[in-house]
Amino acid sequence: MTIDTNGYPPEVHARLGADAQQILARYPEPRSALLPLLHLVQSEDGYVSPAGIAFCAEVLDLSRASVSAVATFYTQYKRRPNGEYTVGICTNTLCAVMGGDAIFDRLSAHLGIGNDETTEDGRITLERVECNAACDYAPVMVINWEFFDNQTPTSALDAVDALIEGRPVTPTRGADSVATFKEVSRVLAGFDDGRANEGVGAGLATLEGLKLARSQGWTAPAMDGSDDALEQGGTSGTQPPGAQPVGDVGSSAERKPTTPADSRADTVEKVDQKGPQA
Amino acid sequence: MSTTLAPSLSDIWDADRSWTLKTYSEHHGYEAWRRAIHTDPAKLIETVKDSGLRGRGGAGFPTGLKWSFLPKPDGGPRYLVVNADESEPGTCKDMPLLLANPHALIEGIAITSFAIGSNHAFIYVRGEVVHVYRRLLAAVNEAREAGLLGENVLGTGYHLEVTVHAGAGAYICGEETALLDSLEGRRGQPRLKPPFPAVAGLYARPTVVNNVESIASVPGIIRGGADWFSSMGTEKSKGHGLFSLSGHVTRPGQYEAPLGITFRELLDMAGGVRDGRSLKFWTPGGSSTPILTAEHLDLSLDYESVGAAGSMLGTRALQVFDETTSVVRCVTRWTDFYAHESCGKCTPCREGTYWLKQIMHRLEAGQGTESDVDLLLDVCSNIEGRSFCALGDAAAQPITSGIKHFREEFEQGLHTPAWELFPYEANAAFSGATR
Repeated sequence: MTIDTNGYPPEVHARLGADAQQILARYPEPRSALLPLLHLVQSEDGYVSPAGIAFCAEVLDLSRASVSAVATFYTQYKRRPNGEYTVGICTNTLCAVMGGDAIFDRLSAHLGIGNDETTEDGRITLERVECNAACDYAPVMVINWEFFDNQTPTSALDAVDALIEGRPVTPTRGADSVATFKEVSRVLAGFDDGRANEGVGAGLATLEGLKLARSQGWTAPAMDGSDDALEQGGTSGTQPPGAQPVGDVGSSAERKPTTPADSRADTVEKVDQKGPQA
Repeated sequence: MSTTLAPSLSDIWDADRSWTLKTYSEHHGYEAWRRAIHTDPAKLIETVKDSGLRGRGGAGFPTGLKWSFLPKPDGGPRYLVVNADESEPGTCKDMPLLLANPHALIEGIAITSFAIGSNHAFIYVRGEVVHVYRRLLAAVNEAREAGLLGENVLGTGYHLEVTVHAGAGAYICGEETALLDSLEGRRGQPRLKPPFPAVAGLYARPTVVNNVESIASVPGIIRGGADWFSSMGTEKSKGHGLFSLSGHVTRPGQYEAPLGITFRELLDMAGGVRDGRSLKFWTPGGSSTPILTAEHLDLSLDYESVGAAGSMLGTRALQVFDETTSVVRCVTRWTDFYAHESCGKCTPCREGTYWLKQIMHRLEAGQGTESDVDLLLDVCSNIEGRSFCALGDAAAQPITSGIKHFREEFEQGLHTPAWELFPYEANAAFSGATR
């Protein structure tokens, strides 16, 4: 494999450089910009390319090895060109049991690709994903990180076929249509695409408890509405730092102090001089 | 006495365009912030302490106490970091909360930042939920344009920046020190504590790290008072909490109730176990909390009671499995998860989860060896308590609790595949699922 060490053409470099400056402005320390910069690189190339690594290294004055070390830690950063749409099936325990395994197997057979593989036309990358925080909608599929709730093998196949044929698909909870991998990567780099007002506020499962409460007339206790809520209580006072024990029994909090920073809250300067953990 | 639901954070979720500043303002939104900004910060901390609010991210540490650990101001920056990296298997409360009403979190951030003397807060949201990220970006912009954040907030001279930061797919970044390393642009690996983040957190500066639901609960506490909040819940587990029911229940979803509601009460509210089947096992707070069984139906879901029953309240992620489900299959998949997500820093966790995975796969396939069950327990005992962070401990929980309650199913793994003992197609939410 040939590695492009020459970086981006000048016009691309200039455009991404302007974006990078906007990202850097959000953080007190430049290195914090690395994760959004890697999302930015994916919005350009569809993966973390050698040129992208060189770009991040240049912007942050890091070695390329340091940038690669970070990029390879996180599963959303792709080491090979990704498909236009990442189709992720949750196969963590709960979704797997509820049918996620069967859905994954059906899609895999239909597309002729396995986990973390991309169709020849570059359209679809199929992934097993870990829990995506939508367990009450199991089994869950995510396409470019938009929710497709309560899936069946048939509904998942229909969505994937639509993507292959170039027809738009609509998430259950998300934007009105699924953006491409590159477009979504740009959002994750912190560039608002103006689509926040699309889609629902809550899905049906999200509202189950509220619906029941409404039908039964259940509410939280009434607030008395008095203006002195902040004056109520007030017996504990503010303790000086370190006045109360921290950590559970057997935790690292019980380690004998070996440096001033271990036990004294006012020795931050010394910690600063040593620098953050590398 | 039966407990009823207490919609507090969720009360606005069915409103039209619930995620907008306009809707939130029509539901008392930012009233607490407008009052808090004219209040002595020490008083705000005291109110949150008095409310009894404990961390809603799983550990249950008292929130106000955590804030009070910050050292005295030294003129340098201090930070609030909100952990929105919700990734614990079974946990699905923060993402719907943020999708439906991101402003509850933004208002909580404003009050908390002011209380702890911070001028820059960060929301670390997992990168795999893009629409939540959009809603957060938009909410911060709306709040800034309304003068609720940014320079000279509400004309008081107070300055507050809020940065919404997307992660990139790593469960370990939900661990607070790994989150801080990740936010500093590094691999997300946990730090040794102490020093705790309160002393040396983000950029080695004093930092408070709190869960989304904890911070989103703050405006209600300030508006209603500590007594209002603590009128809900048990003696030591105060207030409202989101309970997320998933799996083999008739109506899975979010149920907001006072802490101390029983599992039976919640299960009844969700219509019981699906299709009249019976409960086999459940998790009280995600896969890292030891599984419980039908024996524990009347357990009060508060920190103390669940702890006394040998598990943890965790994130109140109630994953329900009926009698068609193989415990071995479930534990195998959770073990795959921990092996995949181990960051690799500590040897017991990195190597241990690798070997646990091999053994569990043998047992699931009915090809276990005579010593495998004891070997699992032995490996678990060599991981637990021997790693920097709780991921290693968590990896052991499904296995040790699974063997405790269902040892015979693990022993059947010496000769019979789990899918023959418990045909997998019977588990699914739809019919006709074949492996």
